Amino acid sequence: MSELLGIIGPASAILVHALIPLTIILVYALAAIWGERKIAGFIQDRLGPHRVGGWHGWAQSIADLLKLLQKEDIIPTDASRFLYKFAPFMMFTASYAAFAIIPFSSGYIGSMINIGVFYLLAVTSLLTISVIMGGWASNNKWSLIGSMRSAAQMVSYEVPTIASVLTVVIVAGSLNLMTVTELQSGNDILGFLPNWFIFQNPFLIITFIIFFISILAEAHRVPFDLPESESELVAGYQTEYSGMRWAMFMLAEYADMLLLSLLGVTLFFGGWNSPFGEFMAGPIWGFFWFMGKGLFLVVIMMWIRWTLPRYRVDQLMHICWGILIPASFVNLILVALWEVIF
Amino acid sequence: MNDIMNITTKEAGKREMTINMGPQHPSTHGVLRLELVLDGEIITDVRPNIGYLHRCFEKYAEEVGDYSKVIPYTDRMDYVSAMNQEHGYVTAMERMLEIEVPERVEYIRVIVAEMQRIASHLLGIGAFGLDLGAFTPFLYLFTEREKILNIFEKVSGARLLYNYMTVGGLMRDVPEDFKTDVAEFVKTFRPKIKELNDLLSYNKIFIQRTADVGVLPEKVAFNYAASGPVLRGSGVKWDLRKNDPYSIYDRFDFEIPVGSGEMGTLGDSWDRYIVRVRELEQSLRIIEQALDGMPDEGDVTEAAPKRIRPKAGEMYVRTETPRGELGYYIISDNKGGPYRVKARAPSFVHLSLLRAISRGHLIADMIAIVGSIDIVLGEVDR
Repeated sequence: MSELLGIIGPASAILVHALIPLTIILVYALAAIWGERKIAGFIQDRLGPHRVGGWHGWAQSIADLLKLLQKEDIIPTDASRFLYKFAPFMMFTASYAAFAIIPFSSGYIGSMINIGVFYLLAVTSLLTISVIMGGWASNNKWSLIGSMRSAAQMVSYEVPTIASVLTVVIVAGSLNLMTVTELQSGNDILGFLPNWFIFQNPFLIITFIIFFISILAEAHRVPFDLPESESELVAGYQTEYSGMRWAMFMLAEYADMLLLSLLGVTLFFGGWNSPFGEFMAGPIWGFFWFMGKGLFLVVIMMWIRWTLPRYRVDQLMHICWGILIPASFVNLILVALWEVIF
Repeated sequence: MNDIMNITTKEAGKREMTINMGPQHPSTHGVLRLELVLDGEIITDVRPNIGYLHRCFEKYAEEVGDYSKVIPYTDRMDYVSAMNQEHGYVTAMERMLEIEVPERVEYIRVIVAEMQRIASHLLGIGAFGLDLGAFTPFLYLFTEREKILNIFEKVSGARLLYNYMTVGGLMRDVPEDFKTDVAEFVKTFRPKIKELNDLLSYNKIFIQRTADVGVLPEKVAFNYAASGPVLRGSGVKWDLRKNDPYSIYDRFDFEIPVGSGEMGTLGDSWDRYIVRVRELEQSLRIIEQALDGMPDEGDVTEAAPKRIRPKAGEMYVRTETPRGELGYYIISDNKGGPYRVKARAPSFVHLSLLRAISRGHLIADMIAIVGSIDIVLGEVDR
């Protein structure tokens, strides 16, 4: 596909490459918000949205989006206007830009660069800055506390995330996510299991657990949703935001959730590889498997959200610095040793 | 950049930040305003501000000129346990008038009061979980509360503010299927307590959030005149249904659950929480016994006086509501209405505890503490 577009012209190719992830994100976000409400409903013994659009209220998120579009754009008098307006867009840009190096299928990756993982980790760091920006510019004490919590949390949890990503990179020997995925093709383990990294090395299962806990915190999901913990900090850094600006924060948050899930799928669950070897393989099926696995992780995150209470800020930090970081580095050495010995 | 420096310039040079929690805050259980003085996230001082829901209950009672017209207003004090509020007031009035209430009335009153206690505790427990970020238990518990409200709707016609008990009797008799409805509820509700324990009470995160938080030692509890689950959470066996029985509570066999500090320190938030959960079971026991003993026939309005005019004098009656000791102090000057009605509301007393038990904790703990003392602002402000 990308060769074909190269003939038409590099400019249109860049545009298309930019639009494909954007379309995926927007469609996913609408579906995921509806899905989250439905899942919450089913977990809580109720039906969830059930009116708008007929079939199981499928148009609920579209209706909400239209409502948010019509809302008055309120900017607090004492807010720093530029930073206040800029923060939500910067947040969305940070998670959107990172989609460039995600290999959606064997035939499509936004940008084939050799330092893919490094780029992703660098770009998503901008999320922290935009959260601080929004919280500080709102000139609201609750927003400020929320954004400070958020900064501490995201900076801390980046360490175990990076350490666990690094562990996989050691095994794969490449920072390019396409190469990482290609290395996981085939069904050779025990004769039937796919060659996914999670099955290749027992210590990588521990790595995945550390990675998953860290991305829950990175994506502000329960039990680590302290930056916007509604029952404590009103709405954290989002307190003063309304209308479309608030919607941009939500969109970025859902996009971030998908991004980190897809990263997890690429690193541990074989990316676009079919679990049945050659059966149902190919670029189109690849996209199906990739998104399917990613959405599965997203659903697990939602499931956790509607089941568990929230941690306190000092406990959150203890989990990160006291447990996850030492564990991830010890695990890094163990994985490396396993790779050397076997 | 001057405009964005406001937060810091106003409080420049100070290490501490003052922040308003409420009156529009999701976790203050109504319109409570807490002025928090923070050092980082640590609370160095807290000043509760009340009065946002003040409706002049006591002044109204003086002006209304009719003893029975006070009853609907007692409902509105603690609006999540309206039956218990009525129960206290009518008991006080009956002692004042020296009325002997029929057996059937007493049994029905105890059954609805205990059902109301369960409903109120379900709300308290659910909202406590909600404060700590556990959304789902809240809705599970509301499903059960709904069943109680449905029974109350059949009984009194209302779902929240019943105006069901009258001086000397009840507004009307219970419907025919009342006994089966209640028995059915008791049967279906018991397994839900275990479900609640699995989902919330013994959840590791929940325990970490509540154990050792807001420790209320026995001595402080006495000094502040705490009562109800807050006092029992500190390990004191004190329940007016046993210690100073009113109505027919001396006939029933039940236990007083007390906190034991099993997850942390004695008197912490978890202890106060678990006392409420264990009281659900005890209330079910009382309901079962009351259903067995309830006479099938009897006129529930026969003892109600046509004209209420007590002799000049005064009466103080205290009853055990879900939140603690509710006292009514009524002075009569031999007219149609009370000269003075003073309510001693447990939530008001417990709110003053906040300052004593929350200093040095984090903001998140403040939420847990407010949730664990389970205040209702309607009762605080009256």
